[in-house]
Amino acid sequence: MQDLLNIFVKSIFIDNMIFAYFLGMCSYLAVSKTVKTAVGLGLAVTFVLTITLPVNYLLETKVLKQGALTWLDPSFADLDLSFLSFIMFIAVIAAMVQLVEMVVEKFAPALYSALGIFLPLIAVNCSILGGSLFMQERAYENIGQATVFGFGSGIGWLLAIVAIAAIRERLKYSHVPAPLRGLGITFIITGLMGMAFMSFMGIKL
Amino acid sequence: MSTEQKPAKEGLFSKKNRSLLIDPMNANNPITVQVLGICSALAITVKLKPAIVMGLSVLVVTTMANLITSLMRNMIPNRIRIIVQLVVVAALVILVDQVLKAFVYDVSKQLSVFVGLIITNCIIMGRIEAFSLGNTPWKSVLDGLGNGAAYGGILIIVAFFRELLGNGTLLDYPVVDMLGLYDLGYKNNGMMLLPPMALIVVALIIWVQRAKTPSLIEKD
Repeated sequence: MQDLLNIFVKSIFIDNMIFAYFLGMCSYLAVSKTVKTAVGLGLAVTFVLTITLPVNYLLETKVLKQGALTWLDPSFADLDLSFLSFIMFIAVIAAMVQLVEMVVEKFAPALYSALGIFLPLIAVNCSILGGSLFMQERAYENIGQATVFGFGSGIGWLLAIVAIAAIRERLKYSHVPAPLRGLGITFIITGLMGMAFMSFMGIKL
Repeated sequence: MSTEQKPAKEGLFSKKNRSLLIDPMNANNPITVQVLGICSALAITVKLKPAIVMGLSVLVVTTMANLITSLMRNMIPNRIRIIVQLVVVAALVILVDQVLKAFVYDVSKQLSVFVGLIITNCIIMGRIEAFSLGNTPWKSVLDGLGNGAAYGGILIIVAFFRELLGNGTLLDYPVVDMLGLYDLGYKNNGMMLLPPMALIVVALIIWVQRAKTPSLIEKD
């Protein structure tokens, strides 16, 4: 239980997708103009990360890793399919996003119209594929850890986009040098927030 | 191909085609103006060498992806085009990844997950969606080359300053030490090596660029 909690806190604060790895920056910059849309996109990203990571974890450990196919037949022990992982992961993500879109449309039409265009766009959000690739690189021990890592990363991303959206809403009333307006100042603020988040790095978990 | 626009009389490097190649360098820069492909641009610019390798990889993938999707543009059903594009790009990225692992293993280790993330690099999907699905192969190749090169250019500028100011080296060559600045009391700014400074360096590039080209300034 404690290791799950550690991974959860670590993935939100220390390994924050935005401030430590800059993943999902494109939509982070494009959709952070108002808090409301930012919350919607953040929730959608969290949701998709939480369901794709366990699926990709199973794919990685039962199919792709060297010797992972031994459950099928012992003669596969030398087979290493990990070069296929990019294409498999992205296919799973695209399929899951499509599936989620259909389920949400059927059972929660209100949520569906609130998320609007963001749901399909999530398939190409780097933080989703990034989550799967980090999971592969860090070799989590079991499916629970992988799921918690995905959920935590999503929450971290949600936190970051909601915070920047709130700041940008207030920023309308301030005097920013003309060439920095819009994109430039958003970068600088994200940099400053990243520095603030770096203070969590000293925490040993 | 014959029904499209009027490419028959156009030369290979007509003015329009040249602008496809040159525009991305400044007025339509993928990173500072279109805001595409930021994720990877920031994370791998601590040192110059990985930045150059990454720039080249993206250049190859954008150009090839643009060419392939442009050749297939009349065959791809509109509803499943994202999946088709992802498969094309993923296949190209796997090739690039294997080549990097074979020839520059240490850099490939440094880039870690970011090679794989070229798949979801918005530049590639963005250019396919915005350009190569509606244009002839040759134009798409030029567009891919221009955008890939402009992306690599920004990467190299950011990495140049971060490595020089943060580490005192360029391509691992100790420039600052050679100039003897350490004896005068100069110190490396370790802050430049940390992730947040990448954002601030890019912001400064945007500032300089927009101050020079006022038409790019955002209206509020």
